[in-house]
This record gives sequence, C-alpha cells and structure tokens, in this order.
Amino acid sequence: MYKHDVLIIGAGLAGLRAAVEATRLGLDVAVISKVHPVRSHSNAAQGGINAPLTDRGDDWEGHALDTIKGSDYLADQDAVEIMSSEAGDAVIELERMGVIFSRGEDGRLGTRRFGGQLVARTFFVGAITGSAILHVLYEQALKHGLNVYEEWFVTDLIIEDGRCVGVVALDIKTGTLHSIWAKTVIMAAGGAGRVFEPSTNAIICTGDGLALAWRAGVPMMDMEMVQYHPTTLARTGILLSEAARGEGAHLLNSEGDRFMLKYAPQYEELASRDVVSRSEQTEINEGRGIDGNVLLDLRHLGREFIEDRLGYLQEVAVEFLGIDLAEQPVPVRPGVHYIMGGIKTDVDGATVVPGLYAAGECANVSVHGANRLGANSLLDTVVFGRRSAVHAAEYIKSVDAGSGSDEHLNATKARIQSLMDREPNENWAAVRNYMANEMTKGIGVFRDQASMEGAKAAIRNVNERMPNIAIQNKGKVFNTDLIFSLEMEFMADVGNAIVHSALTRKESRGAHFRTDITERDDENWLKHTLAYHDPDNEDGVRVETSPVTITKWEPVKRVY
Amino acid sequence: MNSKLKVSRFDPETMGSGQRRWDEFEMDLHPSATVLDALIQIREEVDGTLALRCACRASICGSCGMRVNGEAKLVCKTRIADVTEEGTTIVIEPMGNHGIIKDLVVSLDPFFDKVRQVDPYLQPDEEPEQGEFVVNNDSMENLLTAMNCIMCGACVSDCTVLEVDEAFIGPAALAKAWRFVEDPRDDQRDERLKELNEVEGGIWDCTRCFKCVEVCPKDVAPMDRIMEMRDMAIEAGNRNTSGYRHTESFSKSVKKHGRLDEARLAVESAGYTNIPRLIDLAEIGVKSVLKGKMPPIVPHKADENEKITRIFERVESERNT
Ligand SMILES: Cc1cc2nc3c(=O)[nH]c(=O)nc-3n(C[C@H](O)[C@H](O)[C@H](O)COP(=O)(O)OP(=O)(O)OC[C@H]3O[C@@H](n4cnc5c(N)ncnc54)[C@H](O)[C@@H]3O)c2cc1C
Ligand code: SF4
Ligand code: SF4
Ligand code: FES
Repeated sequence: MYKHDVLIIGAGLAGLRAAVEATRLGLDVAVISKVHPVRSHSNAAQGGINAPLTDRGDDWEGHALDTIKGSDYLADQDAVEIMSSEAGDAVIELERMGVIFSRGEDGRLGTRRFGGQLVARTFFVGAITGSAILHVLYEQALKHGLNVYEEWFVTDLIIEDGRCVGVVALDIKTGTLHSIWAKTVIMAAGGAGRVFEPSTNAIICTGDGLALAWRAGVPMMDMEMVQYHPTTLARTGILLSEAARGEGAHLLNSEGDRFMLKYAPQYEELASRDVVSRSEQTEINEGRGIDGNVLLDLRHLGREFIEDRLGYLQEVAVEFLGIDLAEQPVPVRPGVHYIMGGIKTDVDGATVVPGLYAAGECANVSVHGANRLGANSLLDTVVFGRRSAVHAAEYIKSVDAGSGSDEHLNATKARIQSLMDREPNENWAAVRNYMANEMTKGIGVFRDQASMEGAKAAIRNVNERMPNIAIQNKGKVFNTDLIFSLEMEFMADVGNAIVHSALTRKESRGAHFRTDITERDDENWLKHTLAYHDPDNEDGVRVETSPVTITKWEPVKRVY
Repeated sequence: MNSKLKVSRFDPETMGSGQRRWDEFEMDLHPSATVLDALIQIREEVDGTLALRCACRASICGSCGMRVNGEAKLVCKTRIADVTEEGTTIVIEPMGNHGIIKDLVVSLDPFFDKVRQVDPYLQPDEEPEQGEFVVNNDSMENLLTAMNCIMCGACVSDCTVLEVDEAFIGPAALAKAWRFVEDPRDDQRDERLKELNEVEGGIWDCTRCFKCVEVCPKDVAPMDRIMEMRDMAIEAGNRNTSGYRHTESFSKSVKKHGRLDEARLAVESAGYTNIPRLIDLAEIGVKSVLKGKMPPIVPHKADENEKITRIFERVESERNT
C-alpha cells in the first residue's frame, strides 16, 4: 500500500515548490503527475516572474496596488498583500537554488517591464523563464530524493468522514489502478485552457484538479474570469510572450497605426491584458484587422536584441510561421491563456474540505481577481505553493491516516470497467472539439446574455453525449484513449461551472466584459461568484456569491 | 496538402519485444501542419490506440521526441512540408537507444538516471548573507546554452556511442553537468570534473561524431560542452586517464610525424604501467597483424612534416600568451 504524510497532485511550479518545502520540513512527501515533472505546463511560461525587491527601491505596496487594479478590484486584498510582500524572498530563493536569472552590469538580478505596471519588476531568463525555474525545482526535488509517481493519472480523491485522505490513480504505463493514502493532499494540477479552442495551453491542461476538488465539495470561485492573452498565433493558439511588448514591441492595425495609444495613452501596449485584448478585438471588429489579426512589430528592436533577450519567441515565429521577427511583423490575436477562477482557498491554501489544499493555477486565493497581470502567475505558484506546504504540515500533526480500505479503489475500477465496456459510439475528441469551439464563441473577449446561453446549451449537449463516449483502445499499457475520456469528464465540469458563473455576473469587470451590460457595478457585484457541485440543481450547479476582502485600496475606476 | 505517413507500431500486450508493425496513413493536412498535428489527427479520428507523448505543441516541454525519416526530432516543431515532397512517405519511429513502451512512447528512466548521476543541482559551500549571488551576467548568459535543454532525449536517441556502450553518461546528462561546472555559484567544480574525468562512461567516451549537435532541437550542442569539459578537466590537473593520455599521444604523434601513430596511441592511451590493458592490446595487435591491418611500428613521416610541427608550435605559443 502506498502511504505518505503529504501527497501533492501536480509537478509544475506550484507542486514542486510545495514538495521542496514539505521535504525540508522532514515529512514523507510524494508528488504525483500525469506527465514527467519537467513536461508540466509551467515550462511554457516565457516572460518572467514579478517581484518588488524592497532592497533596491521598489515597494511591495506598489506591486500590490498594480495587482489589485489589474484585477479590477476583484482580488482579495489580504491575499495580494501576502503575495506582494513575500515575493522578494520567493524570487531570491529561486536564484539561490540555481535559477540563472538575467542580470545587470552590477551582477545583480535585472528586470524587464510587464503589462499593467509602470515599474520594471519582472525577473526573467531570456524567454524561457518557466522552463528555467521548473528545471531548477526539479533539480531540487532530485537533490532531496523526492518520491514521484510519474505518469500516474489521478482519477478520484478519497474522502472519508469529510476529510481528504488520498487519491485513486491510474499508472499510465501499466494501466493498473492504485490507491495512495496521505494525511493531506495538495492540489496543484494546473489550468484548464483546453476547455477552449484555440488556447495557449498544453494538451494536458484539462482542469482535472478543479473538477476533482469540485466533486469533493469545494466551490470553484470566479470561473467566468478567463484570460484572453493579446498576442497568440492564429490556428494553433501558440503564445508570443508579453515580454515582446515589455521590451518595446508595438501593436499595429491594418493601417499601420499603434492603436493602443488611443485606448491606453499612459500604459500604451502595456496596459492590462483584458484591456489590450479588447482593444485588438475592437480594431478587428471595426475592420482594421488583417484576417482576424493585428500585427506585433519588433523590427525596431534589432536582430541582436531579439535573439539575445527573446530568443525563444524568434524560434517560435520562425519554426511555426516562417516569420523572422527582425524583418517582419507577426500577425497575432487574443487567445485563451489562463483561468483566474479556481478552487477556492484561504491564504494558506486550505479549502473547505479538511486535508485538501490547493495552489497554483487550479487554485483561487484570490490574487488575480478579474484579470491577472503578466508574470504574476509564476509568483502565485511559488508563494502559495510554499505556504500550502507549511500549513499542510501543521495540519497533519493532529490527524490520523485514512482507513486504507479498498472500497474507493473498487468503485473506481468498476466505473472505468463500465467505460471500457461501452459499445463504440461517441468519440471523446469530437465532443471535446465541439465544446471547446462553442466555449470560445460564447465566453469570448466580448460576451452577452445570448452568447453565454449558447455556451450553456453546448455544455448541456456535451453532458448528454458524455455517457455515450466509448473507448476504442481496449489495451492497458499507455491507453491515452482512456485518459482523454476521463479528462473530457473533467473539462465538461469546468465548462459547466464557467458558463453558470458567467451568466450569474450581471456586470462587466476585468475579463468578463458583457456588451449588454458594459459597466462595472461595485454596488451589486463587488463579489466573488462561487459555483458548487449540486446534483439537485439545474445542470448540477449552484452559484452563490461571497464578499471581496478590501484592506486599504478602495475601488476606483480603472484607467490605463 | 496530401501526405502519407508510415508509423511504427508496437503493442507489448500482443507482440514480443523487438517486434514491430508498420501502419500507413494517408491524410489531407493544412500546409503548415506539423508531424505532431498529423499524429494527433490519426489518434483522434482514425486510430485511438496509437500511443505517443505530447503536451505543449510549442517545442518547450520535450515530450514529443521521435525519429522522423531516421533522425530524432521534436515532431511538434517539424513541419510536414519540410520532411516530405509530394508523393514521398514520412517514416515515424520511436527514438533510438531508449526501450520502447508502446508505439512511439519510449522509456526515459535510464535517461533520467544518468541525469541523476551527475548530481544535477547547485552545490554552493555557502549562500550569501543577503539577497542573490552577485555574479557576472556574461557567466550566467553563458549557461543559457545548456539551460535551453528540455530533456527531450533526441541527442541520446542518435548518439553513436550509446548505441554500443550503455554505460556512457551521454550527451544530455553531460551537458547538464557542464551547466554546473561552468556556474560560478557552484563550489564543486573540481570534484565534478574529477568525477567526470574518471568515471566509466565519462567525458572521454564521446567519439565526437557530431550527431547530438545535429539533432538537438535547442542548440545545446552537447558535444561542444563535452569537449570544453575535457579541456577544463586537464587544466584542473586531471591527467591520469586514458582520455588525457590519448589526447597527449595523439598530438605528440601528429606533431612529430605529421600523422597518427596508431599503435603507439593505443599503448600510450592505456598507460605503460597498465598491464591488463596492455595484454588486451597485445591480443588485438596480433589479430591485426594476422588480418594485415597492423599499423607500421615506425610511422612514415608526412611529406610536409615541418609545416605541421610549426602549426603546433604556434598554437602552443599562442595558448601560453
Ligand atoms: C504559454 C504560456 C506562457 C506563460 N507565461 C507566463 C509568464 O511569463 N509569467 C507568469 O507568471 N505566468 C505565465 N503563464 C502562466 C503560468 O505558466 C501558469 O499559470 C503556471 O505555470 C501554472 O503552474 P502550476 O504549477 O499551477 O501548474 P502546471 O505547471 O500546469 O502543472 C500542473 C501539474 O498537474 C499535473 N496534473 C494535472 N492533472 C493531473 C491528474 N489528473 N493526475 C495527475 N497529475 C495531474 C500535471 O501533470 C502537472 O504536473 C504562462 C502560461 C502559458 C500557457
Ligand atoms: S558527439 Fe559524442 S555525445 Fe554527441 S552523439 Fe556523438 S558520441 Fe554521442
Ligand atoms: S541536449 Fe538537446 S537533444 Fe539532448 S535532451 Fe537536451 S534539448 Fe534534447
Ligand atoms: S509537444 Fe512539447 S516539445 Fe513537442
């Protein structure tokens, strides 16, 4: 039987940071991940990680205010204060572990500018920041001899007497199911971009963690807040980092105008992402786009600069489009990138289910509110990854391990067997592609009642088809057909929570911009939406609201 | 665009190890489609049993290493149009030098074991009292070459030494080792070099075949990293290895005779006091003589030997200044 003090689901930055901390505290820790740790999607982060370093003149309150303003005042300010004030130490610690951040002439860490901020406080490694940090955290995991269940897929959480005491998981390489028991479980299973199409997210970002916690009774908070990144490639959705604009790239419309000067005179191309994406979409909708795109122009930065500081972007542009950024502007458009919403946690990562913690993109603390600032997500993962481990370690002092019974394992075995036994009928890929396209249509950069109702109908259609999804592959070893079908179930739950939360919020705030109600309404909607799993309700969802925590920054109108 | 793909299949549940089956697929693809797009389309629409790994689709996660037309590549950054012409078939196989789990999925356990073998983490004697390590930015940027490595395994797949010698640490893990040897924050440089110099399968086992440089999708150029470590190891005073003696004997022979004295090279590499190895060599020598392949005991001099000697002298004097 597999048994640990702390089991962490996910080996991205949030999961590995939590693991390193828990290991240092002397606990028996294991990480479980459906892909090898270094394949986790954190490796895709290009641009950088924000941190106000107080020892060189920045103040954390400035970063907090930028974050809160970026969030359109939906972030909980107590959580933001924690993130901003712990940021400096978190980044310095990564450097000491071995991250080779770019430096200035003086040999100390250097910065670049990122969106929604006038201060340059984004620390970076070329355009491979996420990969560089993920590999270093993996090195630390190797150093500490961390247990890793690698290429194991979590299918269920084990809940006993209302407490989370482990998981049931499928070993992908052998096709066998196991239970893994733990005194506490930290969910760090990443985002859900694949609920939409196209998206900048990896194929593995299917919202598993969100759905698993949701089924266990934890609400998903502010799920309508889906970030569209302003500079993604058409067709594939692959990202060109905000670092391009941070380093001075311009956005042009078909007439060659830098249109952001009009929409955001002070911040220009570096306004908040929701603002830039809406501006681009407006240009496109009003006929000043080029085949549904605008242009990102880096030519004036010069070849050497581009290759040195933005090498990976150049690689992507050349490999995927055949465009040399030093010679030609590249067509880009808004694309789904990040989910601000997530499993509701407190500032220590705890959820309402005892024993279940959450951190990283799947969690919602909430520090990003209605719109996340670029380079704040990596910060979120390391700050709250660490905190959740510290608090989980406290928690386990007073609890016993679970029963060790085979009941949960057997239930999952039966469920999967019945899935495998279905007669060939509906294919998961067809259902997923339909859902993802409809979600992008309905829950877009701009949305209204009708479009959101359309997405809701699509999700209903998906849920009706779900019981007919059959698995063509009957083998045990590396049966991705089975994995994708299980992921499809998770995605449908996430989609469901998104449409119901979106329909609930009757205002425009941050990423949730309704063309039928265009104003922010602090009087009625300075609130979080909480989507609960409720089989007795229509579509199995119940949406409630809860107040936003304001400490010292009263909401004012957002101008960039 | 109409494309034909021939895909290597292996199912451990129905086939014996070493067996494979070829499946052919014909499909219509977007002109800028990648090999990965094609494989995903097969998996989603034609054959759900096809096993492959992929995640990011953007050449950063390192999941999708495979052999395309015989060479290791990341299939997500390989465009169909670049590996085929109208009418030809693209051949897709799992990476080499890795055990096959199913179809295009290989086991990377040995790969990561070797990464583990080089103690792949920063080992400073002490940390700064406050703030970050203060080091020169150029020395950090220098490390980016190796930091670009995404552990995809392509270099290992096509490494010609690993094909015959499983003990070789291999290009990826050695590039990783270089990253720490070159990091000014690390205080184990000498120990690392000593170990890499002496250990079985260390820096001297690479034959400089260039394959890893050719196939690496991230320009890590592992071979160059290995060669740099050889120099560093020698400079750090690690001379008691066959590798070092091999290099010395090699250059001595070329300097003196203008060409390679193969017999002497073998003996000098082993070391004149390494009796067991010399006995082995004697055996090889006898066999070579019998097959008429023994190099002459006293090598002929190259025609313009003096020129070569001068080149050597010049390089040596430049090195010393
Ligand atoms: C292209 C791109 C660029 C970005 N650039 C930046 C940037 O510059 N700065 C920034 O701050 N943010 C950036 N972000 C956002 C940021 O990278 C992510 O939000 C963050 O890395 C998420 O980390 P995580 O640890 O929460 O999740 P991930 O890194 O996604 O890890 C999730 C883990 O959970 C595991 N998992 C999931 N489901 C299961 C299951 N069922 N069973 C077992 N394991 C499971 C996975 O295997 C994986 O290990 C970017 C995002 C993208 C897509
Ligand atoms: S150059 Fe050396 S490490 Fe690279 S493939 Fe050839 S033998 Fe292997
Ligand atoms: S060195 Fe290059 S080919 Fe080898 S694992 Fe790293 S990225 Fe892949
Ligand atoms: S899918 Fe990530 S490198 Fe190819």
